[in-house]
Amino acid sequence: MKHRTFFWFILPTLSAMILFIALPIVSVFIQSLFVEHEQVLIVTESCGPFGCTPTTTIDAEATAQLREEKPLGRFNGLGTYFDRSHLAIAEIGEIWRSTSGIGHFLAEIMDLKFYAALVFTLTYTFVVTPLVLVFGMAIAVGVNNLPRAVRGLAIFISLLPFLVPTIVGSMILSWMVDGDGVIGATLQSIFNDPSLSIKASTPLMWIMLMVYGVWHTLPFSFITFYAGLQTVPQDTLEAARVDGASKWQTMISVVVPHLMPLVSFVTLMLLMDNFRVLEPLVSFQAEAHAQSLSTFIVSDLIEAGNPLYASAGATSILTIIGVAILLTPVLIRTWRDFNAKAH
Amino acid sequence: MATKAESRLSTLKVVSYALVIVWLIIAAFPFLWTVWGSFKVQGDFFSKADWTNAIYGVFTTRETGSAFTLDGYRGAWIQEEFWRNVLNTSVIVFFTVIISLTFGTLGGYALARSGFKYAFWILMAALIFRAMPHITLVSGYMLPFFEWNIWGLKGTAIIVLVAINQPFTLWMLHSFFKNIPKDMDESAMVDGCTRFQAFWHVIVPVMWPGVITTGLFSFLLAYNDYIVTNMLLSKPNETMVPAVASFLGSVQVQGNIMFAVAAAVSATVPLFIMILFFQRQIVSGLTAGAVKG
Repeated sequence: MKHRTFFWFILPTLSAMILFIALPIVSVFIQSLFVEHEQVLIVTESCGPFGCTPTTTIDAEATAQLREEKPLGRFNGLGTYFDRSHLAIAEIGEIWRSTSGIGHFLAEIMDLKFYAALVFTLTYTFVVTPLVLVFGMAIAVGVNNLPRAVRGLAIFISLLPFLVPTIVGSMILSWMVDGDGVIGATLQSIFNDPSLSIKASTPLMWIMLMVYGVWHTLPFSFITFYAGLQTVPQDTLEAARVDGASKWQTMISVVVPHLMPLVSFVTLMLLMDNFRVLEPLVSFQAEAHAQSLSTFIVSDLIEAGNPLYASAGATSILTIIGVAILLTPVLIRTWRDFNAKAH
Repeated sequence: MATKAESRLSTLKVVSYALVIVWLIIAAFPFLWTVWGSFKVQGDFFSKADWTNAIYGVFTTRETGSAFTLDGYRGAWIQEEFWRNVLNTSVIVFFTVIISLTFGTLGGYALARSGFKYAFWILMAALIFRAMPHITLVSGYMLPFFEWNIWGLKGTAIIVLVAINQPFTLWMLHSFFKNIPKDMDESAMVDGCTRFQAFWHVIVPVMWPGVITTGLFSFLLAYNDYIVTNMLLSKPNETMVPAVASFLGSVQVQGNIMFAVAAAVSATVPLFIMILFFQRQIVSGLTAGAVKG
């Protein structure tokens, strides 16, 4: 294919991606360098019979005009990145100096908004991902052993939690685990504790969100591994059986190695998707107990009447750096593979 | 020996069957429960006193005279005008799918047929773009969109959804096109077709399975999206998913949580039907990237 033809074919999709993915990232970065204007204040002296008192009022008109002229705000450099609600460099130094032990230090850190969100996001990602891989594999093997006639039905049911909109799926679960809902009430009667409420306890809420995460993404790893199982070479299995390997041994030394490329693909997808967890926290109304990096950005953007673009921008850039760190190993490997093929 | 091996084999089988059955119950039960419960009143849907109320509809019978009621659906669709959201969703999803596929087939074809190094780099860039959290992109749109006065419009949301969708569409169609033998379009070009004519007359007619599968995934992305539609659409242009979410806040105050339940079920039904008809394509699409890439 000629360079010219290639260019014309790729033009629409490439321009869509540059305009609406690459440029917004630049725009986010620029936003993060500015802070919102301070409100324009007018100090007037109001004089009465007992002397003059200065009163301060907000000049709404001048503030609006200032916003109109410079919508980005005042230049602040990297200030927003280091302030209290982001990396909080000063606060961490302070805590470090006054701390009485590592446990205490970590507890104090969790009071800082950004670190709390980061810790939840990372915990969620690294708890949900391995669980989904293991259970997905186990269920794929199980379904593969089922009689052919019922496999279709099993796949149909399995697809539901994955394909239903995240917000709807998590809402359905949140109704069920509500103190009055069927699961919530059942748990209360099992533990004989009528005040037990998932929505009022931070640890229970974290567990619930991760249970939801596993429920929602398990079908994806299940389907992928199930498809992989269909391609396991039958003669290798036969050879293993002849050599006297048990079912479990064949599983470990034939089937799992065959599926390894799929495992790394599924892991990559799960890491990307779990790191941006957002909707379940909205549906479970979990903001008091858990914040993720994404909900942190949303709450800045919907700040009543006056969105905090700078703060949202800084968190976005930090999130993108997080994604980049997660992706680096995969990208390095792909690049090596590509070079190996080229030579 | 034989009996020992057999018994071990059957324990393994029993365990794996049990696991599958438990999973299927966990996967299906929330949906069955909610669909059934959407025809009840709130007292039954949330029945702390006795969960069997939700099955028999004790309060529903007391309040409405019958064990099933359409009050939730009536409230959501007519009183809260959920039909508007359904209409908006259809428009946005339709155009997103059409534009995504047009852009994606052209680009995917070019990438599958080009041996140049930059084709690899474009695919890598697409992979990185696929990883970008949508909310970080949305925070980049808000300010410029407000400045240019294009915030809140359906058209803006469609373009954004198309763009966010492109990396995935491109990967998927690229791997489908790689499976179509090169000889087909090349022989057409030998016969005097231009590259585009070869694409249009030879490749387009045989690519339908891949396009339908990719289209289903574009549909799902646009249909299920919460954050883009929630942040970039004005109230009258809102789609179903953010509407369901906003029901939750507004109806809880008025005590009409059943509206939200009915709306959630309404939003799930089209997907249910889609999975019923396109299960094979969805499964092949989920695995296409994995098995070949």
